[in-house]
Parts: sequence; structure tokens; C-alpha cells
Amino acid sequence: MSLTLPFEVLPRTGNLNTGLVPPLSDADRKGLTKKEVAADHPTWCPGCGDFSVLALYFKLIEKRKIHHEKITTVAGIGCSSRFPYFVQAHGAHYIHGRALPFASGISLSRPDLHVFVFGGDGDAFSIGGNHFNHTARKNIKLTYCVMDNWVYGLTKKQTSPTSPLGFKSKTDGWGSMDHPINPMKQAISAGATFVARTTHTNPNHVLQMMEAAMDHDGFSFIECLSECVEFYEGAFDASNPRKGGAFNTVPADHDVTDEAAAYKLAGEAFPGSFGIFYKTTRATKNANEAKIVSSHQEKVKGLKDWQILQKNFDRLK
Amino acid sequence: MSETATTAAGGAAPKVSNVSEAIIRIAGNSQDGIQAIGGFLARLAGRSEQEVMTFMTIPSTISGGPSIFQVRIGSGEVLSSGDEADVLLCFYQHSYEDHVSSLKKGGIVLYDSDHVEPKAEWQQTYHHLGVPISGLTVEAIGGTAKDKGKNIFSLGLIAKMFDLNLPKLEKLIGERFTGKDPSILNNALAAFHAGYGHSLGSVLEVFKFVDSQKKDHPQIVMNGNEALGFGLIAAGVRFGAGYPITPWSDIMELLRRELPKYGGTFVQTEDEIAAISMAIGASYAGRVAVTGSSGPGISLKTEALGWAVMAEMPLVIVDVQRGGPSTGMPTNVEQSDLNIAVFGGHGDSPRVVIAPANVEDCFYMAIEAVNIARKYSVPVIILSDQGIASRIEAFEEPNLEKVCQDISPDFTPVADHKPYDLAPVDGVTRHVAPGTRIASGKYPVVTGLEHDELGHPTGSPKLHAQMSAKRRKKLQALGAALPLPQIYGPAEGNILLVGWGSTEGPIKEAAARARAAGDSVSSLHIRHVNPMPNGLENIFAGFNHVFVVEMNDEGIYGYGQLASLLRARYCDPKIRGINKVDGLNWKVKDILSRANDAVATGLRKM
Repeated sequence: MSLTLPFEVLPRTGNLNTGLVPPLSDADRKGLTKKEVAADHPTWCPGCGDFSVLALYFKLIEKRKIHHEKITTVAGIGCSSRFPYFVQAHGAHYIHGRALPFASGISLSRPDLHVFVFGGDGDAFSIGGNHFNHTARKNIKLTYCVMDNWVYGLTKKQTSPTSPLGFKSKTDGWGSMDHPINPMKQAISAGATFVARTTHTNPNHVLQMMEAAMDHDGFSFIECLSECVEFYEGAFDASNPRKGGAFNTVPADHDVTDEAAAYKLAGEAFPGSFGIFYKTTRATKNANEAKIVSSHQEKVKGLKDWQILQKNFDRLK
Repeated sequence: MSETATTAAGGAAPKVSNVSEAIIRIAGNSQDGIQAIGGFLARLAGRSEQEVMTFMTIPSTISGGPSIFQVRIGSGEVLSSGDEADVLLCFYQHSYEDHVSSLKKGGIVLYDSDHVEPKAEWQQTYHHLGVPISGLTVEAIGGTAKDKGKNIFSLGLIAKMFDLNLPKLEKLIGERFTGKDPSILNNALAAFHAGYGHSLGSVLEVFKFVDSQKKDHPQIVMNGNEALGFGLIAAGVRFGAGYPITPWSDIMELLRRELPKYGGTFVQTEDEIAAISMAIGASYAGRVAVTGSSGPGISLKTEALGWAVMAEMPLVIVDVQRGGPSTGMPTNVEQSDLNIAVFGGHGDSPRVVIAPANVEDCFYMAIEAVNIARKYSVPVIILSDQGIASRIEAFEEPNLEKVCQDISPDFTPVADHKPYDLAPVDGVTRHVAPGTRIASGKYPVVTGLEHDELGHPTGSPKLHAQMSAKRRKKLQALGAALPLPQIYGPAEGNILLVGWGSTEGPIKEAAARARAAGDSVSSLHIRHVNPMPNGLENIFAGFNHVFVVEMNDEGIYGYGQLASLLRARYCDPKIRGINKVDGLNWKVKDILSRANDAVATGLRKM
């Protein structure tokens, strides 16, 4: 039953258009300027909180001297998820709610890249809720910044999973009646190893959290309050000193490795505290898989891939 | 069992018949280890340069329930697992009563007389041979074994009946139980020898296989799921993600176990959507990745599949089809996912669909899938099914040194890059992985929104039309490059049987049997389902009837899924369907009788 197949072994797929590119060592390269890292002009409404998150992401790239090709920006669907188009770097605009597993595929196969995922509360806690829990528990190395505005903005004012009780939306004209998700509690209980909270009205704090998240070896989650001026104006005024609110950082004596204390902080009434609630060290899935790989490769040391497969086939004779 | 010669032996010794093939059906419950007997026989056949094909049914209950394993071993070509068995080995009354009709007239019922009470009316039609299998097994290896071991005892009986190669079987048993507690191997060998040494008593004849044609290369023996899994590894796939579902799970278990040796990873995800998303993410990161599923899992993946089409991301999706819709018949065979594979999802989303025809083809088509995905930056669906997944076949060992590929990504900096460049006439562009420096400083975004050449969103009517055409033209280019399938039998005649997927063997055998009886029947197997190769109409023109043989429903308008596709493409009223959805593989005689009926009925509608 031997088949004659239209079968060809294809060589490695090489990049095209490579001829004219001069070599450039990392040492010779300067950090990127804001101009170099900015792409399309954002399509957000004037006054949207997301502008400040984007500006601080640029600042992070500038400050940490990350090169274009070393960052990958991933998003799902929503206003905030337009993010990758505005960043001059490799990026992917994926489907609604599934940005985390997509980004996990990148992270697990490419330890050389910084993977940043941006999204909104609908993406993270409604349609993608399951992925949030599992990416956290698997501790996949990437940074997830949720720009939480407590409302569906792109589809024009429906109730979101974080809308507070009583919020009047087009789908709850009488006021939201479903108990809202508390993102911080969700992250801590799901097993996230880095959980922080910030707000777009405090740029220095946002940058500080982004840096700490990026440096964390594991799944790092930031809830960043980001006001929707169009459909939920004033939602976060109580956290903004310029609007008469209070911006309180986590107490100096808070132990970030104390899960129960972090959970307690997460339960504070709005505006609550800002800063790193929880941070712990646990082996990442990336590291665990790498360990499995190295122990398996030890057993087939010196063999080419086809010879490893040949050993399987020899047992199937 | 085609007997070529008989030698009558004198006295009490049974007659020895030379046979060129044998079909043995083993019926019991799923925990009896009957698959193991079948597996040993298949592997032995492979080592003896014989052809072999198996068929099994598994209950979808959690544990237990009736189960069968049928193995057909031949010194010549074996194309299907066989319509009628020569020998039925049955462990229980229900195994006996449910399967005695699968025996050919004059066939042998080998039954466990501790559990089976033979019926007088059947004793006229079939030779009955009772052996107290349960009791003798306990006698051989001790009471603690209970039901365990009777499969190996029965293997001994069969080995005696078919004069099988004793040292080879002992070696296989040794390999199977190696590394375990030595007493397990000793018990297995004790049970085997007890079965082999048992006097067949009143049995009328034993059988001896005629020598098979010497093969040039060694054979390997595996099932379709294994062949697909190993094919993906040979193709260079090093990342996969999946969620457990029958019958796909075997492939993910194999990849999870094997990939780390090659520096790769397979991730068990929280759900089907995460699985395809993670695989697409890994593909995006530079190396074609795999996901797969069966039944409802495929439905769940369709949104993400549409993204991969839109974003032009290479990806391989394995669909091991089972009975549907919904949870359907999880452990039964059906070919009813062709439509979802070709059309599933919203919007116009052209993707590649290929269907391996046999176990060997699973291995090579896995490689072909990866290469099409790479070359055309497109998701490729491999349509396997439960039948091919669990069927064991022997085939010529591939030359792995030649076949294995390196598909590791290239990060050489590029001057400029447009992920959705409209310049190439065939629409084919290539993905550049993150990590690649782009000297122009303009970086691509891959996206599910309609986009311009750099991947930025656009609402332009012109661009939507151009990009839709680009995604379509790639597949048209592939279709033009595909070879026409081989016609089995004369290129012109009365009936052409057309099939796809796991049914190649029985369809080919049906056509060959009809030709041997003087009828004008040829067959053809479509392995590239979407796009199909060009020029099939010229082949169809040579026949009065084109019957598309499929294991799916005839549909509201009277045609199965491939038949509908072929009729849509060729507007040819002589293309008709032969369909069934009983969850079982085709029997050769059923294909033929259905084809004859269809000819007699004439064209249903013009």
C-alpha cells in the first residue's frame, strides 16, 4: 500500500528582503525615542484614560531601552485592546477574551521576548474569565495590564463584569444588579504571583507598577483604573485628588507575600489602596517546561531529531 | 480466508490448510485486553512482511461494556478490515450472540466454554470449538489472576490454530511486558504457552499462511493517531496545545510525551478555545504549531480559526472526526465534519483541508499540512476520523533522515516588511516572526480586523475586496499546484466510486471486487478536500455514474458533504451520493450493493 506522494521536504523558511540590512549590535543601538515607538494615532475619545496608559508604556520602553523587535504587544477586543496598533513594535490584535492564551503561546515558545497584554474588563473578566484564572495559576511569564473602566465602551455603554451595583447602562436601565467582580481578589485567588493596582490619573505610579510587573518572573497582573469619559464619566473621581478624592498607596507595613493581607486590601471600599498588593515567587510554567525539556534531552544527548524518532519507530516494528 | 491448497492429514491430526489471509474477530468486554491480542497479531504480521488492518469498537461508557477487535492479516494486499470473519473468538454469551452473524458460513467459533452456551441452530452453520479459557488461564497462572491473562491464553490458542511464529510472538510478549515486575512477564508467557499447548481437540483444521511477497524495506506497525503524531514531529512541529476529547486525546498524549525530547512543548489548556489560541500564538512566534480536537471541540475553535485565516497565520488543526452533532457518538466513526472544516465560521474564510486516506498517509499528510501552512501562511485542517485513528496498519518504514525537517524560525533582520503585501499575484505573503528587526522601523500588526498591507485597520471597501481576494487567491494557487488523484482501475467506464478520508481501502477493494466479477467500476480518492485539485471534471467525464461514498447523512437535498461540494463545483447531475451514518466502517459488499441499487434507480433528478 505504498503511496507515491507529492511530498517535498521544505527547507527552513527564511526571511525575505534581508540583503540590504547592515548588521547592528545591541551595544551600538540607542534607546528608542517616543516618536520611534509611536505608530498610529490612537482612535480613543478625547480624554480617555487609555491615552495615559499608552504614554506610560512608551515611557517604559524608552526608559528600559527595549528595542522594537524585543517587545510583543498583544490585545483582545475592546477600546483598550486597540493598543497594539498604536505601538511601533511586533503586535497582534486577537479575538475577544482570548489574548492571554495567545500571548501564552508566544511566551512559552520565545523566552527572548517581553510579552505585554493589554485589555479591558470585559475581555479579562467576562468572555475571557476562564483564561485569566488559568494563565494566573500556570504562572506564565507575561504582563497583563487590564484597563478597567467599569463599562463596555466600544459597544457603547452596556454593563460590564466590574460595573458597580446600581450603575445605569443600556442593558440595565434600572441599575446594574449583578454583584461585580473584584479584579484584585480574582487575581489573588486564581494564583497570580504579582498583583498590583494603579490608576491612569497618577502617571508616575502607573510607570512604577509597569516596571515592577515587567521585572517579575511570572504572571504579573495590573489593574489600571482608566476612565471612560464618554460612558462612565467620573467613575473614579474618588481616587483622584484633583477631583477631591484620595489616592492612598498600600500601607508601608503591608507584607506583599501575605496572601490573606493582600486579600484584605482588595476588599477595601472604593477608592481603596494602590500599589503592589501581592508578590510571590513560584516556578513559572516556562521554567517548569524548560526543566522537563532539559531532562528529556539529556536522555537523547547527541542524537539528531530523526534519530530520536527512529528509536520510537524501532519499537513499532 | 482464501484457501489456496489443502493437505488432508490422516488420523486424528487436523487438516492443514494454506491460506493467504485471515480475518479474526475477537469479542469480549473492554477490560478483557482484547485490543492487546489484536495488537500482538498486527505487530507480528508487520514483522512477517504481511499486510494487516484492524478495526475495533470501544464502548463510550467509562469502564466496561462490549468491545470488539477485528484483525485481518494477509500475505497479499489488505485494503479493509474485512466484511466477514473466518474466526470468532468470544468470551461471553453476549459476545457470541451479537457477533456470530459476522462470521462467514463455515467459519469457526472459538468460545470460552466457561461462559458461553452454544446454540444448536448455529452449530449447523459454523464450526464450534469450546475451550474453558477462563478456567485454564487460572490453572496456568494462579487464581489471583482472575480474568487477567485470558487474552494472552487466547493468543496462544490462535497462534496454534494459525501456526504462527512462536519465537516472534514470545519476543513481542517480552517487549510488551518489559521493565515491569518480572512475575508479570512470567505469567504472560505461562498463559501464552498454556494456550499454545492446549489440544485443539475436535478442531477440523489448522491454517498456515502462505509466504508473503518479500518486501524491500522493513515495515512498521501503528495506528492512525500515532502516525499523525509522529508525522507532526517529523515535520518539525515543536509546540502544540490541546484539550482532552475522544478520539483526539491520543495524539495530544503522544505529543506531550515525545516533544520534550526534541526541545518542544505541548500544553494541556483550560479549554478548546485556549488550545487553538495558544497554538496560534506559538505559530505567530515563529514556528508552525498544532492544535486539534474532535466533535464539539472543533465547533468551539472556529472563531479563532477565522482569525488565523484573516491574520494569515500558519497553523495545523487536527480533527479526528467522530459521530455528531453535539456529543453524538464519541467512539464511533463518521465523516460529518467536512462542512465545518471547509466552511465553519462566519464570513468568507478560505482555509486548507486535507484528509489522509490510510495510516501511512496520516504520517506523510501531517508533514504536507505543515508545509502548506508554512508556504501559504494559512491554517490547514487535517481531517482524520475515529476509524483511521484506532486502526492499526503495517506500512513501509519511512526514511526518517530524509523526511525530518528543520522548521525553526529565521530572525535575520529585514529591510522592510508588509505582512499583507498586495503585490504578489498569487496572494502569498510570508509571516515574519517577532524578534525580527525591521530596518525601516515600521513594524507589522497581525489582526482579525480588515486591514491594510501593514496590518492596520481599515474600513476601505476597496481594501476589503482586495484582501478577501488575496486570501482566496492563495488557495486557488495551491489548488492549481495539486496533482490529480490516481484512478484505481480503468480511466473510463460505467461507475466511478469517489471517496475521501479513511474509506480508501474498502472503496478500492469494492471496485476491485466488482472488476473481478466483470463489472466496470473504478475508484478515486480525494485527499485534498479544500482546495481540490483542478481537472477532476475530466476524470468524471469518463464515467456514466460518479458515486461519492461517504459516512455522513445524505442531507436535506439528497447529497452528502463531499458530494454537495463536487456538485456545487461541477454542476454535474451524475454526481450522486452513497451515504450511511451507522457509526461503523463501510463493508465492501455494502458499497457494491448500494452502487448497484443506485445505478438501477437511475438519476434521481437532473
